[in-house]
Amino acid sequence: MAGTVRASTVFIALLRRDVRVAQRELPYFLLRTVMQPIMFIVVFGYLLPKMGFVQGSYSAALVPGILALSLALAAVQSVTLPMVQDFGWSREIEDRLLAPIPIPLIAAEKIVMGVLQGVIAAVVVLPVARAIMGPIPGLTLAHAGALVLVTVVGASTFSALGLLIGSVIRPEQIGLMFSIIIAPMIFFGCAYYPWRGLDVVPAVQYAVLINPLVYVAEGMRGALTPALPHMSLAVVTGAQLVIMTVFCTLGLRSFMRRAVG
Amino acid sequence: MSAAILTQGLRKVYPAPSSRGRRDGFQAGRGPGGASGPPFRPPPAPSASGDRDSTGIVALAGLDLEIRDGEFFGLLGPNGAGKTTTIGILTTRVRATVGRGLVAGADVGTDSVAVRQRIGVVPQRPNPDRGLSVLDNLVFHAAYFGIPRSRAVAQAHALLEQFEIGQRAESKVDELSGGQQQRLMIARALIHEPRVIFLDEPTVGLDPQARRSLWDILRDLHAQGRTIVMTTHYMEEADRLCERVAIVDEGRLLAIDTPAALRARAPGGTLVELTLDGDAAPSAALVQTLAHVTGVSARDGVLRVYSDRGGQIIPALIDTVQSSGRTVNNINLAAPSLETLFLSLTGKRLD
Repeated sequence: MAGTVRASTVFIALLRRDVRVAQRELPYFLLRTVMQPIMFIVVFGYLLPKMGFVQGSYSAALVPGILALSLALAAVQSVTLPMVQDFGWSREIEDRLLAPIPIPLIAAEKIVMGVLQGVIAAVVVLPVARAIMGPIPGLTLAHAGALVLVTVVGASTFSALGLLIGSVIRPEQIGLMFSIIIAPMIFFGCAYYPWRGLDVVPAVQYAVLINPLVYVAEGMRGALTPALPHMSLAVVTGAQLVIMTVFCTLGLRSFMRRAVG
Repeated sequence: MSAAILTQGLRKVYPAPSSRGRRDGFQAGRGPGGASGPPFRPPPAPSASGDRDSTGIVALAGLDLEIRDGEFFGLLGPNGAGKTTTIGILTTRVRATVGRGLVAGADVGTDSVAVRQRIGVVPQRPNPDRGLSVLDNLVFHAAYFGIPRSRAVAQAHALLEQFEIGQRAESKVDELSGGQQQRLMIARALIHEPRVIFLDEPTVGLDPQARRSLWDILRDLHAQGRTIVMTTHYMEEADRLCERVAIVDEGRLLAIDTPAALRARAPGGTLVELTLDGDAAPSAALVQTLAHVTGVSARDGVLRVYSDRGGQIIPALIDTVQSSGRTVNNINLAAPSLETLFLSLTGKRLD
């Protein structure tokens, strides 16, 4: 019989399993991750400025938002989609739930995996955006530390949201998830416009503050295009830590309920 | 001999469907058979899951069991008897409402990680990791138990060969037949060399040949000294494989002994089961007075008669039933067996 195994050994094995599956699905992951931003960048960052409908400076506000959106969607989907399947009819997650490790660490591993995929999405989308749009006024990589912080904290928040959604919804509700959670989050997430721009409609400006995407997008603006109006890094990080804690708590509770009868 | 498994007063009450619906939100309307819920949840219908009490559905009503090291133990009962809930609790996948369970010396409630380290589980429905190949299903499962990759790969190949799916090592699991997937599940349950192996209805859905081949595998495992706990609702399976059998129904332990001893406890004589065209109670009173009848019971339209004359008593039974104003629509005969014991204990058939 195998002796007692350290939790860290099991955790790494679980992570390796997910990396193996993700590696195999990498082309689909990249396609899923870059398609929407590319379309958006082509229309709003290239075609419309060329037609003269929007100013060239719009692209400076757009790029950080697109980056935020890509990493948020990648993180949330990479946790939610497999988990819905795992907990669905096939109960594929069963062998992992029988691993000699406390069940909450299995949920934690899923969050780590989501963060990794969110970070990869950000790393892929930024150069793609730059390549399509050409030189972007005011874009700088001088604040790399802030960029890394916003990326990791943002991916963690959305990965935790993925845990919550993935352990709550059933497979047939995935379509609904996009309509009632993801779509409003995208359009009211300040990805396509800076939060400060909402000054014109204060009710909306304050209502969107419950949307975690707002903080990732604003954080990205602060890191990438600091000359444009943006929230401070402290506000962005603090708000996300609060939201992340809420998602983690609720997600873990929901995961445990699905995992142990 | 020491105990591999010990339970004291295990009780499990599931929330009633209405309150569970509120609690689980989106999960309230699960698919057929509650398949998207936790694996060891009983079917949602209260009638199939035991009694209700004020707080919910009682799946397990205080179970005391002692299973010895190296024993091949069977839990026999109809669907909803509490077998799967028992396995669920003992494998740490379901929390007991009350009571205590020890598996291989570890407490399922307070030391679930140690329990999982020492057990292997074969689920009712194969649930391989479909994101991985057949071989990787075993290799990664071994990794969860801290087995280094090189050793795991060698062990995985050996198990796949032993279970005659060695040529499918690099295949996707979806390409395996149902019987092959079930054998993969057994290989997965064995790769970390557990002390206790749990199998939940392992032969449901298998064709007779696959079932017999699985029986051979289980006999071999038992011969190697493993403790095996198996649930089944097939009498024959329990009779042929298990050293001891516990008969459970509606969350309660009704009898526990060797199959031979249980058979000996079955009511004497052959069971003649007559299906009548109406209530059987009036006929039962008359049949009771016939010679060579050792026992009679009536339940709705079914009259069960135990006789020491086998089938010879049938003409007299038909005459007596007709004289009570009923007609016999169907007749079944059964020799003394676990089945007849089960019928006499629970008043119902297993399948």
